Amino acid sequence: MSLDRDMSEALLEQVCQALESETPLAIQGSGSKAMLGNPVVGQVLDTRCHRGIVSYDPTELVITARAGTPLQEIEAVLHQAGQMLPCEPPHLGPGATVGGMVAAGLSGPRRPWAGSVRDYVLGTRVITGHGTLLRFGGEVMKNVAGYDVSRLLAGSFGCLGVLTEVSLKVLPRPRQCLSLCLPMSRQQALAELLRWGQQPLPISAACHDGDALWLRLEGGEGSVQSARMRLGGEVVDGGFWAELREQRLAFFAGAEPLWRLSLPIATGDLPLPGRQLLDWGGAQRWLKCAADAHSIHPIAEQAGGHATCHGTGVHHSPPLPEALMRYHRALKHQMDPKRVFNPGRLYPDL
Amino acid sequence: MTMLYDERIDGVLPAVDREGLRQALTQAMPDLQVLHREEDLTPYECDGLSAYRTLPLLVVLPERTDQVQTVLSLCHQRNVPVVARGAGTGLSGGALPLAKGVLLVMARLNRILEVNPQGRFARVQPGVRNLAISQAAAPHGLYYAPDPSSQIACSIGGNVAENAGGVHCLKYGLTVHNVLKVEILTIEGEHLTLGSEALDSPGFDLLALFTGSEGMLGVVTEVTVRLLPKPQVARVLLASFECVEDAGRAVAHIIAAGIIPGGLEMMDNLAIRAVEDFIHAGYPVVAAAMLLCELDGVEADVQDDCERVAAVLAQAGAREVRLARDEAERVRFWAGRKNAFPAVGRLSPDYYCMDGTIPRRQLAHVLKRIEEMACEHGLRVANVFHAGDGNMHPLILFDANLPGELEQAETLGGRILELCVAVGGSITGEHGVGREKINQMCAQFNSDELRLFHAVKAAFDPRGLLNPGKNIPTLHRCAEFGALHVHHGQLPFPQLERF
Repeated sequence: MSLDRDMSEALLEQVCQALESETPLAIQGSGSKAMLGNPVVGQVLDTRCHRGIVSYDPTELVITARAGTPLQEIEAVLHQAGQMLPCEPPHLGPGATVGGMVAAGLSGPRRPWAGSVRDYVLGTRVITGHGTLLRFGGEVMKNVAGYDVSRLLAGSFGCLGVLTEVSLKVLPRPRQCLSLCLPMSRQQALAELLRWGQQPLPISAACHDGDALWLRLEGGEGSVQSARMRLGGEVVDGGFWAELREQRLAFFAGAEPLWRLSLPIATGDLPLPGRQLLDWGGAQRWLKCAADAHSIHPIAEQAGGHATCHGTGVHHSPPLPEALMRYHRALKHQMDPKRVFNPGRLYPDL
Repeated sequence: MTMLYDERIDGVLPAVDREGLRQALTQAMPDLQVLHREEDLTPYECDGLSAYRTLPLLVVLPERTDQVQTVLSLCHQRNVPVVARGAGTGLSGGALPLAKGVLLVMARLNRILEVNPQGRFARVQPGVRNLAISQAAAPHGLYYAPDPSSQIACSIGGNVAENAGGVHCLKYGLTVHNVLKVEILTIEGEHLTLGSEALDSPGFDLLALFTGSEGMLGVVTEVTVRLLPKPQVARVLLASFECVEDAGRAVAHIIAAGIIPGGLEMMDNLAIRAVEDFIHAGYPVVAAAMLLCELDGVEADVQDDCERVAAVLAQAGAREVRLARDEAERVRFWAGRKNAFPAVGRLSPDYYCMDGTIPRRQLAHVLKRIEEMACEHGLRVANVFHAGDGNMHPLILFDANLPGELEQAETLGGRILELCVAVGGSITGEHGVGREKINQMCAQFNSDELRLFHAVKAAFDPRGLLNPGKNIPTLHRCAEFGALHVHHGQLPFPQLERF
């Protein structure tokens, strides 16, 4: 029996009641990313009732699904047609939904080469703070009519509205995929990655786990084979990338808080106060350490990036410059004047 | 309905003391060039959409960011609208001046501040030309991917404002996918940094929101773009078809085969003949439609893909498939496509370039309808099409000197855009709404959606001083225009009176 259902009317009704009574809503799918951001106190709005793939035509390279659709289901359907979500979003739990994927905006190991979640968002349907269900963007690759509200919603953690439907660009899976492991130091790995980055190599993931550099090559047979010959190393099982993406590697175990540093790609080795693991070819660094937020934020900022604390139930977002925060507040006020959508999840003021 | 700013339906603009403003500007910045004589203002009366012209109140030509900031602060204090302009190549009238507004020309901020090969980015001022970035990056084997046809002249600030595209978008994305960071000034003269050299930034994705916002939310003063390693090789296949349907099917089959070409362009017979007459690119003048398919990347893969694509094209019914023999022929094949607009321009005294997008499966249907509608208006239409990403550029041929023809062309253009919306597409893929498609916005969005757009605008520019009258129509305009329209089966704006 199909679980697919259009429950957008019921979701809209719940939002309208919340607006009427000015009751904050805690928007959630499966809760797989609940550890990101501040906890929200409010009436739960569960999107999982509103599920199902609305349209998918592989030759159009677009899939449209209701927000509560399990990400697993979408990936399975794409896989069958030889396609994929190029940003390889982390699930971080068995029931992760596509709405949560877009609202959280997290991208997997392919990010620096293929783009982020927001890069693949083509359209959304969203319930806004005016109690209306609106549609922005659409199912076409190019669309510059009006403001790009759909991409604004990606990564906004539900603070600007309830996503009810998303249209995503998809791509064919590469013909060849090969993973390599090259034992080398972190410093050497960063230097090599810098050099390779300026060349047309088919690298689609690069991680240093403390002992070795893991590389994934994706493309046609010819380019993957010639890069494999050139780069050397040992061919290894590609299952590593899912373990990395889902934070299941041994590195992620342990009680210390997990920090994510997002840095310019050419950032050299950073002396961080704890164990670190490099992803995204060095542009995303994971840090396990008990040091306090005030000592970690400046390190990331000085390098031209920012740091966020993941997975502790306490969200240490990097501070925003005052002027920027003022416009964030203004935007929140315009789109959610009664502050009912996930208040405080991203920043206390929003 | 006039396409120039109409205070009756676009909103009343504040009265301006022109002389007072000019004196204030000159006093605050003695070294700022301010144009005010009619003969000096005339060159700025339109952008690339030359059918619409308005003489601006004043033109200012800052050379430094601090001057831009002072201009904005002064205008904000005095309640004077500001229209930002880059190279003036935009095709939708996004930089059309206002008689009651200052035209802020950013073209003189044209320095490349940094090319960083290790970090694979370039940091440039907004007046730097698109092509100049790739030229500066070339010694490092890098380039900037988005390449609108006007890349030799258009500036990067305008590219950000319009979210410009080009012929390689399907594989390499639009401007929004290739910009890391922008520095902007709000109408209050407040400086904001959106994005960063890292791959993401904390807070809302305002970089995505500002990209393509058509100068309505802020003025871009610096842009950091991502650079990519240049593909080792690029090859082009040219295929000709006896009917448009076959060409459309071939496009779907190429994608279904798991191949994403660097470029995939289609032209119809009228466009093919126009180009062949003009450029002598070796195009098949008897074909009903033609595809150009560029495959780029590493040598071995490109070789493979060429064979695959050639097989797919043949299977889809291509009459002839030609691989460009050498780089010279590849360049010639592309020269034809890149000169399609001027080539079509030779067929007719005037032409009007449209920019709708559609789901690719609707291609044959839409082209047939365009032809029927063109007949109804007694006009001819040549079609040039970014087939890979569903972005059509129908070129409507007309003669502005014949009474009524411009109006016929505009009406036909509007109908074509509404057809794009009806089949699930959009009124603009890469040229922007600007002034040109302001009415068709009422067909693509309902009143609640437009209200939300106005709310977004109010967060950054509550008094509506930046580029008023562009991009987002007032509800009044839609009520007037919408009298002809039924959106989602409902008459729009039932609460507003109709004139």
